[in-house]
Amino acid sequence: MEKTQNNKAWFLVLPVLIVVAFSAVIPLMTVVNYSVNDTFGQNDFFWNGLGWFEEMISSDRMHAALGRQVLFSAIILAIEVPLGIFVALNMPKKGFWASFCLVLMALPLLIPFNVVGTIWQIFCRIDIGLLGHSLAAIGIDYNYTNDALDAWITIVVMDVWHWTSLVALLCYAGLQSIPQAYYQAAKIDQASRWSVFRYIELPKMSGVLLIAVLLRFMDSFMIYTEPFVLTGGGPGNSTTFLSIDLVKMAVGQFDLGPAAAFSIMYFLVILLVSWVFYTVMTTLDAQETK
Amino acid sequence: MAQITLKNLAHSYSATPSSDADYALKQMDHVWQDGGAYALLGSSGCGKTTLLNIISGLLRPSQGRVLFGDRDVTDAETSERNIAQVFQFPVVYDTMTVRENLAFPLRNRGMDPAYIKARVAAIAQTIGMKATLDRKARGLTADAKQKISLGRGMVREDVNAILFDEPLTVIDPHMKWELRTQLKQLHREFGHTMIYVTHDQTEALTFADKVVVMYDGRVVQMGTPEELFEAPAHTFVGYFIGSPGMNLLDAQVTGSTAHLQGIDVALGASYAPQTGRTQIGIRPEYCELSATEGLPITIRRVEDVGRHRIIRGEVAGQVVNVIAAEGAEIAADQTRVRFAPSRINVYANDWRVQGGAI
Repeated sequence: MEKTQNNKAWFLVLPVLIVVAFSAVIPLMTVVNYSVNDTFGQNDFFWNGLGWFEEMISSDRMHAALGRQVLFSAIILAIEVPLGIFVALNMPKKGFWASFCLVLMALPLLIPFNVVGTIWQIFCRIDIGLLGHSLAAIGIDYNYTNDALDAWITIVVMDVWHWTSLVALLCYAGLQSIPQAYYQAAKIDQASRWSVFRYIELPKMSGVLLIAVLLRFMDSFMIYTEPFVLTGGGPGNSTTFLSIDLVKMAVGQFDLGPAAAFSIMYFLVILLVSWVFYTVMTTLDAQETK
Repeated sequence: MAQITLKNLAHSYSATPSSDADYALKQMDHVWQDGGAYALLGSSGCGKTTLLNIISGLLRPSQGRVLFGDRDVTDAETSERNIAQVFQFPVVYDTMTVRENLAFPLRNRGMDPAYIKARVAAIAQTIGMKATLDRKARGLTADAKQKISLGRGMVREDVNAILFDEPLTVIDPHMKWELRTQLKQLHREFGHTMIYVTHDQTEALTFADKVVVMYDGRVVQMGTPEELFEAPAHTFVGYFIGSPGMNLLDAQVTGSTAHLQGIDVALGASYAPQTGRTQIGIRPEYCELSATEGLPITIRRVEDVGRHRIIRGEVAGQVVNVIAAEGAEIAADQTRVRFAPSRINVYANDWRVQGGAI
């Protein structure tokens, strides 16, 4: 039988192509375009090759922002992942309190980012904020607008408050999927609480934990709104993370070329780290199966 | 190892049971011998898992006591009862190697490493997993994993009983047979008390010395496979054991004769007059088609299952199955069915009636 060639079905994909082109491809290409051009104004561009990339790679400003960013992501991962697991382990398994805890845990996740920033900004103010004023009242010298360490602590605590729920909920889902028989078998084997965690709960949670770490890494590495609202990157540059620096450069100083080069490298770093992370985790997983 | 005694045991899932129907497990008194291989057989929801959970200590019975030997363990935790359990699906510690899995119950009890090593080697030998001792457990097949959980149960020498909760459900058919044979062999070798829950009669009959048939929260019969086959104590046992199950026909019984639709059927024993619903039960194996004698039968179909043929028919509106030898002729004029009188059991209200001499 002869096959009729009819490729008209491709046209059905066209609307999606157009939407994606306008929403993602063209803007991204504009960024690429800016990153390899320079201008002295008048909308008059000339070719700059890899100039901006070279400048950005050797720029102290970017190094500092990257350093702060890595430190921030490392701190919040080190706090949120163990804390999330701990919370999930101690949540009630069923009944009214289980639903209650789930709703309670989900609440911070439902608050818009800038509102989170505003809440903490007011909460920590030493003149009118509940926390800031209370700390001042008991004689602790705390001021997140002046002191770099205080600002860091505030941002980290805010992020932990905002996102630990996500890790906890994912782990909780992982824990709920463990059949009761495993716990019974552990009881019969007289396994300790730690052994139950180490040999049953942790291995069964590893899948969701991988997702949780990946999500928290990407999100924290791109964090913008909350610290922007809370500290605006200050005091000085002490909480200026990559995306805050990027926005300052692009919108504040209107240095489109360097900002474009910067954002492309930024994007590649996230992509690379996520890929490496995922590959390492899945190959470890595959090796264990052997 | 210990003898297991169930004293006045009953369990209800409702807090305030009022009638018999509220009990998932009706009152029972049983003694299970030390070193016996028992199978708990019954359809879903008959209470066999409830009974198993009471023995393993996952469930506290609402009344009665459970004794291991002389020790009352009714209120003891699972971990204190010194039992082992193999679950419906394989429970292994994924991240450990087979060796670590087998050693785990001993290590948790703080045994001497040299003893653990020797014991693990011995168990690996018996379950035939010596070659895979250093592999991670998670990559293994379901039947290998199930062997590990079995090995983990047997690794403790002093275990009181090994409980099996439908352990072959997720195993491929050809492996089922192998594992079952292995279980039987292990039982003979080590003499642990084994309790095996299943709804598969083949599993129960091949595994156990004593089969405990449960129906509607009650133990209806406890006996050897032969007893279950020849003299089912309850119509459920007759119907549940055997393939196809026992034929049951409503009849009036007087003395050593049953009256069925105006035809007399000779019985092998004499019976006192019965009240309530009276039935006679006869295994299809003991029925025979005939052209001249017996009850008129309407044959619906004949199934050839290889070893023999099953004739599905009806006598006076009630289903009667007959098993005929593979070579036997089934002629068009064989419209009657004859029962072997000594093989007929009489049931009053579903329970078997003991007959006297004629």
